[in-house]
Amino acid sequence: MLAWTIYISFLGVAVLLALKPDDARGARIVAMLASVTGLLVALAGALQYSTDAGLVTVADKPWIPQLSIRYTLAVDGISLTLLVLTGIAAVVGVLFSWNIEHRTKEFFAFYLALIGGVYGVFLSFDLFLLFVFYELAIVPKYFLIAIWGSTNREYGAMKLALYSFVGSTMVLIGLLAAYVTAGGNTFNLVELAKFPFPREFQMWAFPLVFVGFAILAGLWPFHTWAPTGHVAAPTAASMLLAGVIMKLGAYGCLRVAMVLFPLGLGEWEHAVLGLSSWREVFGLLAVIGIVYGAMVALVQKDFKFVIGYSSVSHMGFVLLGLMTLTTIGLSGAVLQMFSHGIIAGLLFAVVGRMVYDRTHTRVLDELETMRLSKVIPFAAVTFVVAGLASMGMPGFSGFVAELQVLIGAWKAFPTFAVFGGLGVLIGVAYTLRAIQKAFFSGEDAPMNNHPTEHEPKFNPISTPERVGAALLIAITLLIGLYPKLLLDLIVPALNSPLMSGILKVGAP
Amino acid sequence: MNYSELLAFIVPETLLVLAALGALLIDLTTMRGRPLNERMKWAMGLSCLGCGVAAAACFLGAETTPTGYLDGMFVFNPLTRLVKIVILLLTAITAILSVDSKFTEHVGEYFALLLLATVGMMFLVSSENILLIFISLELLSLCLYVMTAFNKQNIQSAEAALKYFLFGGMAAAFLLFGLSLVYGLSGEINLTKIAAKIAGPKLDPLLVLALLMVVIGFGFKVAAVPFHLWAPDTYQGAPLPSAAFIASGSKVASFFILAKVMIVGFAGAEGSGAWRGYLQGWMPVLALVAALSVVLGNLAAIAQTSVRRLLAYSAIAQAGYILIGLLANQRADGLASVLYYVTTYALTTLGAFGVVAVVQERTGDDKLSAFAGLSRRAPLVSFCMMIFLLSLAGIPPLAGFFGKFFLFKSALFIQGAAQPLGLLWLVILALAMSAVSLYYYLQVLKQIYVIEAPTGAESAKVTPLARTILLLLALAIVILGSAPNLLLEPLTSAIKAAGF
Repeated sequence: MLAWTIYISFLGVAVLLALKPDDARGARIVAMLASVTGLLVALAGALQYSTDAGLVTVADKPWIPQLSIRYTLAVDGISLTLLVLTGIAAVVGVLFSWNIEHRTKEFFAFYLALIGGVYGVFLSFDLFLLFVFYELAIVPKYFLIAIWGSTNREYGAMKLALYSFVGSTMVLIGLLAAYVTAGGNTFNLVELAKFPFPREFQMWAFPLVFVGFAILAGLWPFHTWAPTGHVAAPTAASMLLAGVIMKLGAYGCLRVAMVLFPLGLGEWEHAVLGLSSWREVFGLLAVIGIVYGAMVALVQKDFKFVIGYSSVSHMGFVLLGLMTLTTIGLSGAVLQMFSHGIIAGLLFAVVGRMVYDRTHTRVLDELETMRLSKVIPFAAVTFVVAGLASMGMPGFSGFVAELQVLIGAWKAFPTFAVFGGLGVLIGVAYTLRAIQKAFFSGEDAPMNNHPTEHEPKFNPISTPERVGAALLIAITLLIGLYPKLLLDLIVPALNSPLMSGILKVGAP
Repeated sequence: MNYSELLAFIVPETLLVLAALGALLIDLTTMRGRPLNERMKWAMGLSCLGCGVAAAACFLGAETTPTGYLDGMFVFNPLTRLVKIVILLLTAITAILSVDSKFTEHVGEYFALLLLATVGMMFLVSSENILLIFISLELLSLCLYVMTAFNKQNIQSAEAALKYFLFGGMAAAFLLFGLSLVYGLSGEINLTKIAAKIAGPKLDPLLVLALLMVVIGFGFKVAAVPFHLWAPDTYQGAPLPSAAFIASGSKVASFFILAKVMIVGFAGAEGSGAWRGYLQGWMPVLALVAALSVVLGNLAAIAQTSVRRLLAYSAIAQAGYILIGLLANQRADGLASVLYYVTTYALTTLGAFGVVAVVQERTGDDKLSAFAGLSRRAPLVSFCMMIFLLSLAGIPPLAGFFGKFFLFKSALFIQGAAQPLGLLWLVILALAMSAVSLYYYLQVLKQIYVIEAPTGAESAKVTPLARTILLLLALAIVILGSAPNLLLEPLTSAIKAAGF
């Protein structure tokens, strides 16, 4: 049944293409229907899934028998978590793009194609199929940003497309080499993971595939597409970029690179510059990403760039969690993928939709003069809540996730954990700075509550915006207060035989 | 030699010659003085009919030629049948795409040449004899030179044709010299027998020279670097349908015969282009040519402002990818991947040229800026162009992606190899360059989808016929990409039946 998440999205694309070009209302409704159905299917799948079921095959049919490529869809707890995240992000994204009037039909067609591709990646267990869906998601991104974006959109879109494509090329080289080395008999992840690739092979294939995916996860120093892309993108697209696309990268790192080539994480014969394995290299890069992203976010003039760099910082936690190679660190990483997807979506929604679509500026110095907390109080409250969640306030999902990552990292590499904690601190600083500058500064208003002459008037916050924001806040609170909901899915998946190779390298 | 037997085998070619003469005849007699449009339609109809009947004759003529028939002068087996049907299909589509063009008054001659070129290709495909290979290649080339020069009002067309002709003549001379050396070394003109004579642990230096010359001759036909110089000018200057034909049908035939000459004729002289595993032979030569084509084609395409030139450089790059498939260790696999790729590539290019024709018809220009805002004026055609270009860039689930994957897989895969992944260097280079290629394809798509149309531009007129063809081509690319089996299955069984 879960396969329908993919089919429904592409069906939505087909229906949209058949609509009349100027039927904006119809396009919105179709997009909404498709994304809500997708979410419901994903949720139903997650509820039906019993936590000890292991890997459940959804579909398995021969696709290209000459090359032993099969159409294999399967889920475990990790995929389910991310499927639900995709569903939520899709629905909320439609809510926050309700006001798109320019070429509405095409917008939602690209949007649903992107969503369909993402569902496909999270479901595929045949690596060829996974790659097909992974690349399928690149092209819609380009058009979403280039056509409907704002600041420097063509540059941002092209940069994003090229970074993604270079990453996927590296992945393809690694996958081809692995497939050929294993005899060309199967592309199934589970089967390939059983093949004993020589250690030297894994030592070059692992970093190749890992970096290929990690480019999309915002690994420093390959993160530069992320801030420009996020800023240039229209609101829904930046929500998806931060919410789901970056997770594609992180998911690929875990599911493909680490599962296929666990020995690539092992120690080298010689230490280079004090680092003795790829694991330490990537751990270091992740920590640099955390601290660097946070520090750069601290000095941004553009509101959206603050959020863009904060994404780089938060995704650093995911990558750091992956490199801990312990159950707690890995489960923290997966939880952080989910949590960041929700929180970043909320932040981008406030900045892109609630603020920018009304003020038409994102420059913090200009926003400062607008006293937005008075003018659009809903946006201010939402952003404060989202900011709290983002800086890791207990009770929100980000806290649980980052705490787990840090605990895991403390066991694996204590120094990195300390710097990671430092990143959290800077996170508090840039979030508070953004809140203060964007919403709570400017001259004190006269004591009466009537708007004065020079006070800008904006459209009130619309219902779709309220619903979307409420939904996201509710979810981050729910997971923050009761993380067991997701951890019960994630932890058994991490303890499955598929992942045993990774954990073995982590705890020899 | 029994002529009636031979005639039975060459029924499709005969039918096509008759169609060519028929087109010439009715255009000069009954259609004389009628409006151009009508003459075009009649000639097109007759050409398509000819192609259809010839394809049916190929299909029904189930009999295969016995081994050693006429010393390999004419070989008809499931594989050549399949390739011939593909070529006939491409010719028919070219004819349909030509119908709206206004570059010439000489309708009958144009279609006759188109069909005669196709006859040349069909003989080329069917031959395993170096003499006949050369003759068919010349028949094909001469028709193509004239077709390139066909637009007499346009000086670019004449320039392109002259360039094409001079380079082509030179390449033909090299090929002939190379083949004569091969004949001198082996005393045979049949590919299989040649292979048996020249095989040996050590290659004759003269044979290496002959190999090089043969590669030059065919390298010109497939527009591989460094024999590619004619391609950009010809693609840009030739009348659009001629350029489309050169880029599609002629590519299929040339790659097929190149593969056959190399794999069958020079079996035993392969050598190896593996990293640190260099062995003298044709494989390292082709590996080098492929690497150069992939790099130069893709990099030069970035700088182009004319979409036709861009397609030309992209064709050079694509030729590089295809050559990689020829280096496969298992020749059945390699041949299958080459044929799959070149077929889908030909369909894609035809489609892309069809869209360029639509735009050029309206703006009189093939500059990138002429495509600005096309999606607002011709949404369907734009969508087709998106599919064609993304397929060329190798984005799944389009045919170009699976094609590339299969090519690279065949090149890498060696059963029980002493040196696994020897060609990984070439595959990495090709994949890296295909990442570059996305940039220039996106440049075209950016014009179509992102840039606003210039004010005052009216909606583009597309004839229903052209629109149907483009849509069918786009659909074929999507279907062949998501269900490659549809083409792969008949290909592999035909290749097996042909004894590879």
